[in-house]
Amino acid sequence: MIEARGLTKRYGEKVAVEDLSFTARPGVVTGFLGPNGAGKSTTMRMILGLDRPTRGEVRVNGLRYQDMTDPLCQVGALLEARAVHTGRSARNHLLALAQTHGISARRVDEVIGLAGLTDVAGRRVGGFSLGMGQRLGIASALLGDPATIILDEPVNGLDPEGIRWIRNLLSQLATEGRTVFLSSHLMSEMALVATHLVVVGRGRLIAQTSVADFIAAASPNTVRVRSPQAIPLREALAGHGVTITATGEDTLEITGRTNEEIGEAARACGIALYELTRHQVSLEDAFMDLTRDAVEYHATNAPAPAGASAGRRSAAHAGVAA
Amino acid sequence: MTRIATADGTAPSVPSQGRRSRAHGPAGAGRPSSVRARRRIGVTGRRVARSEWTKIISLRSTVWTLLAAFVMTVGLAVVFAVTLAGRWDDMSPADRADHDLTSLTLLGVNLAQLAIGVLGVLVVSGEYSTGMIRATLSAVPRRLPVLWAKSAVFGLLAFALMLVTALVAFLVGQAILSTKGIDLSLADPGAFRGVVGAAFYVTAIGLLGLGLGALLRSTPGAIAGLFGLVLVIPMVVSFLPDSLDGLERYLPSMAGNAVMRALPDPDVLSPGGGFLTLLLYVAVTLAAAAVGLRRRDA
Ligand SMILES: Nc1ncnc2c1ncn2[C@@H]1O[C@H](COP(=O)(O)OP(=O)(O)OP(=O)(O)O)[C@@H](O)[C@H]1O
Ligand SMILES: [Mg+2]
Repeated sequence: MIEARGLTKRYGEKVAVEDLSFTARPGVVTGFLGPNGAGKSTTMRMILGLDRPTRGEVRVNGLRYQDMTDPLCQVGALLEARAVHTGRSARNHLLALAQTHGISARRVDEVIGLAGLTDVAGRRVGGFSLGMGQRLGIASALLGDPATIILDEPVNGLDPEGIRWIRNLLSQLATEGRTVFLSSHLMSEMALVATHLVVVGRGRLIAQTSVADFIAAASPNTVRVRSPQAIPLREALAGHGVTITATGEDTLEITGRTNEEIGEAARACGIALYELTRHQVSLEDAFMDLTRDAVEYHATNAPAPAGASAGRRSAAHAGVAA
Repeated sequence: MTRIATADGTAPSVPSQGRRSRAHGPAGAGRPSSVRARRRIGVTGRRVARSEWTKIISLRSTVWTLLAAFVMTVGLAVVFAVTLAGRWDDMSPADRADHDLTSLTLLGVNLAQLAIGVLGVLVVSGEYSTGMIRATLSAVPRRLPVLWAKSAVFGLLAFALMLVTALVAFLVGQAILSTKGIDLSLADPGAFRGVVGAAFYVTAIGLLGLGLGALLRSTPGAIAGLFGLVLVIPMVVSFLPDSLDGLERYLPSMAGNAVMRALPDPDVLSPGGGFLTLLLYVAVTLAAAAVGLRRRDA
């Protein structure tokens, strides 16, 4: 569980994060979204006590990071930039981290295996490929078997196989009841792993919601209808809360009616339909909509209340597939 | 995952805002005996030191630097001893009396200090340049134990190596001087102290480098600062008006000279004074580094 309250960070004049409050719950993957420079990495560094908030605070499982006596067992982190000395072997790197906590060398070998680094564990990290570096980062995040895992752009630069590996791992970690908090600006990628979202722009919270609600609310669903009798169909469908726009001689874009309602109405009037498609926005589009001008949006404009629905993951998948 | 985390991983103890970093610190609640059975996992000063030990010996540069320090010190002892032995017969008695035959064989540490100084800088700045510092401070969020552990581990390693090095340099150098029958033994007045002093001086320079590395966070910056302090400032000071001559003896290099020599010199501090001066340099630098480490973002 990660709870940020009024988190603010200034670097001189530059406000990187402003009055940011959010919660990431255990058992789900929470995506931390925002365009470049939105303050995601800064927020993550504050969670880990690396940067000191100008105002506000963030707690993990009720504790401030600085007060933890066994931080590696509470929070595992993969940060944006590599945090490894290039002259050391992967195993020695992990061993040195483990030793600060009295974590056994057996556990070190365990996470090396888990991350698929067994064959290269003795090699110097400087020669590692991007993917191997990310795997080493994951291994160190898992070292203390933490209940909370934070990852800053974990799939950056990974090949499809590596991406799939991380995606499966994160889902599994969440299923085990851990809090998984990961940042990305790859919306499509996020849709495949995250169930909840914390969206930021220019350091401020834009939305805290489930993926499904985020899509549903970000842009109303429209149905595209093509019919040779567009004008009578339009009359038949008109009503309160329905918006109909003619986008061509025989095509209409309808909001506020379901596919079923439109189909039935057309049948009742004896109107032929050539096309009836629901156009659902992708997470990518929804995100672009929301962050187009980040300052116009505030937490109060959030499309849906936080944590509205936990179990609508399949809807999110459908949304992205559309 | 082979192990499953409890859904609320909050079980571990909450320290009572205290300074204690021991895992079994917090006051209050007695713990079930099963906890005593297995060693509790958590950050302790000793464990951080162990980690820093692993870090320092797992870098090739450490090995190379220590080797270089040894070779340079012993090598120069040979060069100086051979040179002096060659000239000895032509030297006037006054000239002969001027030579401190203890510090002569230890002069190589003036080269070794550069190697050990750079190593000290790298112990910290190497973590900043590679980003490792973020991993380190994430594991030890109280931060200061890292600085103390680095100083202790590096300091002990440098001192142990330099003590052996200075001993070998002294013995080899004196063996060469024995051809003229002018050799000293460790039992001679000030000789052993000079050997220990040489090791101490180089260690102090290394710790100074470590502190500068932590303060400046940049390898080139800290090396420039350190070399400036031990090489450039002494040259600048020698051009200052005579009235400021008294200051020169408080420079690190001159304090080092003081702890290494067996014969007293009026222009140089006493061995004890040199020792305290070096200690003060290290203490002030590390204290400043500690403040910076606590206050600044990683
Ligand atoms: N140490 C720093 N000093 C000054 N400004 C900083 C510092 N760190 C971050 N910033 C600024 O704060 C803002 C937020 O940066 P941050 O790295 O947190 O964004 P981000 O959301 O992680 O972006 P990205 O998607 O590109 O990784 C940026 O404008 C950045 O330039
Ligand atoms: Mg970032």
